[in-house]
This record gives sequence, C-alpha cells and structure tokens, in this order.
Amino acid sequence: MRILRPATQFATIAQQGEVAHLGIWVFLATEIMFFGALIFTYVTYRHLHPVDFAAAAAHTELWCGTVNAVLLLTSSLTMVLGIDACTAGRRRIAVRWLAATILLGLGFLGVKSYEYVADYHEQVVPALNFIFRHGEHPPAELFWVFYFIATLLHAVHMTIGLGLVLYMTYRVCRGDFTRFYRAPLEVVGLYWSFVDTVWIFLFPMLYLNGRS
Amino acid sequence: MTSFADTAALPKNYLNERWSVRSWLLTTDHKRIALLYFASITMFFFIGGFAATLIRLHLVVPSGGLLQPDTYNRMFTMHGVVMVWFFLIPSIPATLGNFLVPLMIGARDLAFPRINLASWYVFNVSGAMVLLALFMGGIDSGWTFYTPLSTTYTNGYVTLALLAVFINGFSTLMTALNFVVTVHKMRAPGMSWFRLPLFIWALYATSIVMLLATPVLAMTVLLVALERMAGVGIFDPALGGDPLLFQHMFWFYSHPAVYIMILPAMGVISEVIPCFARKPVFGYAGMTYALMAIAVIGFLVWGHHMFTAGISVFSAVVFSLMSFLVAVPSAIKVFNWTATLHKGRISFQAPMLYALGFIGLFTVGGLTGLIVATAALDIHLQDTYFVIAHFHYVMVGGAVSAFFAGLHYWWPKITGRLYHEIWAQIAAGLMFLGFNLTFFPQFILGYLGMPRRYYTYAPEWQVWNVLSSAGASILAVAYLMPLFYLSWSLFRAERAAPNPWRATGLEWQTTSPPAEDNFSRTPTVTEGPYEYNSSTGGCVAQNGALYE
Repeated sequence: MRILRPATQFATIAQQGEVAHLGIWVFLATEIMFFGALIFTYVTYRHLHPVDFAAAAAHTELWCGTVNAVLLLTSSLTMVLGIDACTAGRRRIAVRWLAATILLGLGFLGVKSYEYVADYHEQVVPALNFIFRHGEHPPAELFWVFYFIATLLHAVHMTIGLGLVLYMTYRVCRGDFTRFYRAPLEVVGLYWSFVDTVWIFLFPMLYLNGRS
Repeated sequence: MTSFADTAALPKNYLNERWSVRSWLLTTDHKRIALLYFASITMFFFIGGFAATLIRLHLVVPSGGLLQPDTYNRMFTMHGVVMVWFFLIPSIPATLGNFLVPLMIGARDLAFPRINLASWYVFNVSGAMVLLALFMGGIDSGWTFYTPLSTTYTNGYVTLALLAVFINGFSTLMTALNFVVTVHKMRAPGMSWFRLPLFIWALYATSIVMLLATPVLAMTVLLVALERMAGVGIFDPALGGDPLLFQHMFWFYSHPAVYIMILPAMGVISEVIPCFARKPVFGYAGMTYALMAIAVIGFLVWGHHMFTAGISVFSAVVFSLMSFLVAVPSAIKVFNWTATLHKGRISFQAPMLYALGFIGLFTVGGLTGLIVATAALDIHLQDTYFVIAHFHYVMVGGAVSAFFAGLHYWWPKITGRLYHEIWAQIAAGLMFLGFNLTFFPQFILGYLGMPRRYYTYAPEWQVWNVLSSAGASILAVAYLMPLFYLSWSLFRAERAAPNPWRATGLEWQTTSPPAEDNFSRTPTVTEGPYEYNSSTGGCVAQNGALYE
C-alpha cells in the first residue's frame, strides 16, 4: 500500500480531499452553464419552429438513443458500486465495477458511432450531405445542427471520462486509495454522473420530440 | 542605494530561491505565475494601446487622414478584443489576485497550483492566436462579433479570433475556480469570512461571475464559429435562426464581464483607501454585501445593450429598472470609501492618488451609466461616443486606475524594492489629466450625435476630437512612465521593509519579497482586516513575526 502525503499547499490529506470535492462541483457548475447555453438556444428555436423541429426529430434513430440511455444510466450505477467497493477496501471488486463502467461507456460510443453512420446514409448531416425531405423547411436543418453539436460535445465529454475512469482503475490497482482518502475516484465519479445527466436531457430533446 | 549584485545576500525568497528559466516556466508558485501573467498582460496592454493611438491619430481630422476605412475597422476591433479579453479581464485577478490571495488568507499557495500554471499557458496560446489573426490581416467585425456581420459578411480572420476567445475562456475559468476553492478551503485558522480583506471578497464575487458567465460566451462564440465554418444557419433568419438570440447570449456574458473588470478594482481601492487614510474601512459588512449584490444583479441587466435592437417595450422597462438597481450597491461603495476618508489622516502617495482618481472617475462612469440605462435617453445615445466615453470612464478610469493603484501599493511586496515616489505621483496626475481630456470631450461628441465606429465625422466636431486626441497623447506618456521608473526600481531602488506602508493584512507580515512558501509558520488571525486604530497597532496575526 502506497502512503499518500498531502500536496505541499495542504495541511492534511483530509483538506486535500475537501478541496478536490469543492473543485469538481464548481467545475460542474461551469459545465452546466456551458451545456445550458446550448440547451437554451435549442429550446428557443424549438419554441419558434415547433412543427419543423418535431418533424425532423422523428427521423432520429430512437432505438439507438434508448439503448444508449440504458447503457449510460447503468454505467453510473457500476461507477458508484466501484466507489463503494473501494470505500469498503475491496480493491479487486472495485476494479471489476470500474471495468464494467468502461465497457458500458465504450458500448455507448459504439452505438453512437453506428448511429452517426446511419445518419450519414439518411443524408441528415448539415454542411455535409443534408437534403430536405418533402414538406421540410430550413428549421429542420437547424434541428440537425443542434443534434450534432450536442451529441458530439457529449461524446467528447464521454471520451475524456473514459480516459479518467481508466486512469482511476490503474490507481485503484496500485492501491492509492484508502477508506480515508479516495477523493480523485469520487471526483471522476461525479464527472461521470454529470455526463450521464446531460444525456438525460439530450435524450428527450433529440429523440422523443415529435413522437408522442 | 543598493545594486542588483547584492541580491544573493538577501534571505531566500521566491525570486532568488531558483534562477533557471525552467524554474520560471514550470513553476507552480502563485507569486511567480502572477509575474508571468504581468509580463503577458503588459504586452497586450501596449498592443491594445497602440491600436487606440492609431484610432485617435486618425480622428484628428474629420476626413480621417491616416488609415484606410477597412484598416480603421480592424484597429478598433483589435483594440476591443485585446483590451477586453487579454488585458482587462485577467488584469487584476491574474496578477495581483494570483499574488495576493494565498498571502492575504494565510495559505501556502492556491488550491490547484498546476491548474494555475496551465491557465497562463492557455492564456498565451489564445493570445498567440489573436496576434496571428492580427498579423494575417486582422478582424473587422468589432469586438462584439455581431451576427450576421461576423458570420456572413465580414472577410477578416473572425473564426480564428472566435476560437482564441473560446480558449481564453478556459484560462479565466481556471483562475476563477482556483480562487473560489482557495477562499473556501484554505483560510488560515481564525480567518473567518468576515475577517477577509475586501480585496478577497471582491475576487470571490468576480470569480463567481466568471464561472457562471464565461461558459455561456464559450458556447456563443462556438456557435458563431461553426456557423461561419460550416455555413449552417444558427443565427441566420433565412435558415430559421435569430440574430437577436446571439445578442442576448453575447450580452449575458459581456455585461457581467464589466463587473469582472470593475469588482477586482473595487477590491484594490478598498485596501488602499483605509491604509492611506489610517482608518478602518467604513461599513465593512455593507461593502461585502454590496460586492455580492453587484455580482448577482449584474446578471440581470444585459438587455440594456439592446434597447434599440428590437426587444419589447416591457423588457426594455424591466432591464432599465434592473440597471438602476445595480447602481445602488455601487453607490454604497462610493459613499463608504468617502466616509472612510472622512476625518482620516490622509497622505497622498501614488497608490492613494490613483485610488482617489478611481473614486471620481468611477462615479462619473457610473452616473452616465444611469443615463444610458434610461431606455428613452438611450435611443438618442445608443451607438454614439457618449457610450464610448461612459464605458471608458468605468473600465479605464475605473479598472485601469485601480490596477495602477494596486501595482504601486503592492510593488514593494512583489519586488522587495521601493518605486520612485515623485515619478509615480507625476504619472498618476498625468494619467488623471490625460484621461479626462481624452474622454470627457467624447461625452459632448456623443450628445451632439457623433456615431461610434465611423472613420470620418462632420467638420463641426473637429475641436472636440482634437482635444480628445491631445488627451490621448498625454495618456500615452503617462502609461509609458511606469514602464520606465518601475523597471528602474527593480535594479536600483532602495530595498523595501516587510511593511513600508504600515498596513494591516497578512501579506504585510511576511518578508518583502515573500519566501517561496509565504509564511515560516501558519498564521493565526485574531482581528478584522482593517484595524488601523487598534491598540495592537494594526497587526492581524497575533503569534509574532511570520518570517525569520
């Protein structure tokens, strides 16, 4: 077991942990404002063009979005179980839960990639091969612009999250975390849950609109 | 007088502990990072100032003698972009703030020293991008990047500048995140919230505004850049977009950005005034509430930039009312500084001259702000030089004066040397004179109807323009002076004692310059921050000297 000493600017390892927790919450506040601005523009335009947005949204791959919602929600569960196992000092079990989290995350990105290819074949990619279907107006393309910006930004966050979870798995294996100090793991867990939460907003916005 | 060579004989401090280039470029010491930021923003200040000089020279004659119309547009855009994002926003927080936050609260460093260093690198990357845009031919959309001009019609390097602003936002966020977490979690024992110096409160309020506003700007410029690169119609009405939405989102950031610039300035003034009046600040608790009130209400006033852009009369009235409300806490601050001066033993060293100048100029800037916040009057004044004069009174007369006040006040602490007082007083006086001569005529020009951003004007306005340009040349000299006498002081001036101003506050209880780890032992705080008339002679920490 490695002994972790607090970084020089801290008096105790407990203080270091508190700082990490506050830091991630403040960071997540900025993330909420970032995605919030995007969601705000989407809501504004959907309010301006309700019919066009609903018609365009009906062409998204519902099953892909649904499967991904399930995968991602489950991955938040496995992440929390991993942290829980680590808290209980059960390192090997923790590593397994974290590995499951990574697999579920990779599954999400796999389904998402498949979906992007399908979108391409359906010719709904703005600036690349977008064509208007019968009866569609310009705001339909606007819907797809938001679809791609939102899902791509989300995927970037997912990819960063996967890298972080992988690194945390390594640190758990190395024995960095104890009952008294596991702040980095919890910080990554909070970030992972945030990315999950973003999807909970994107899913109804992009997939369920126009399907009632 | 001592010479540069004897530095080695000094006790170890953050400047002479290590000498290599690497020890500077890879430092995680908040004090060194503050100096790195000083170097970067000084460069940008003079680049932005150079653009302003060309603008003022050009406007000496009504037909505009110096620049091509297109070059003129590129100059005022560069002036705005550089001064807003690359000087004013990082100015006080990233330099004085980085240096002082841990010292003032009795910590060894900020909470995230490596993130602090990263913020400087990110800042320079974004700065390099904006300079690249400048050298490739510039940007002609104005610093506000209004659509559809910025997305469809302009032919400058707007995309590059937008991405630079996007990346610049990360450096702002890293600094703000560091400050919020540090103030919450790293205070020395006894340093309760209501014993924090007002400079810390001001930076805390600023950081919250930065954290909540900057991501919105990031998304906004990202959407504009995507629209420009991919040709999709996010803000294009022909394709279902709404250009007014861009203005709402832009000003949702850019109005709070005004408070990002002025709140730290208020913090500096709140430190300088009590010290040179030898009195506790008047109404300390009220000052903290006023800071937080400005930060909160500042988020609800952005629509006053859009009175003539087609918003409804109802929203105009609401935004007008909210803008009047934000004047209340601002006035509380001005009255409290004045009350602090009342019956004080005032001395007029350079920091105090800048601070007194700040109070006057900020008051003019604030009161003219009420004029432009009145929806009916704004219809006449919108897009005239009245608006230019108003916001320069706040940002230059206010924020830049406070930057110089703070720079002189903490110069002995930062460098361990005393600057030359007479030269500094002359520079402060010239700055005040030059500033008023530059910008007061612009109120008159704006009232007479001279529009902003035009490269020519009607001949009857020439006399006011010549006065303004004359003032600008005085201002230019005044801004160059500190560059020389402060640089000179680094090598030749007298060494500073730990507390040359006999000021309260923890930063004055360690050596000048401070040791690498700030304090030889963690201070314990037993008093408020401005005990200038207490029996203990204004010492905050009560466990003896905090240096050896």
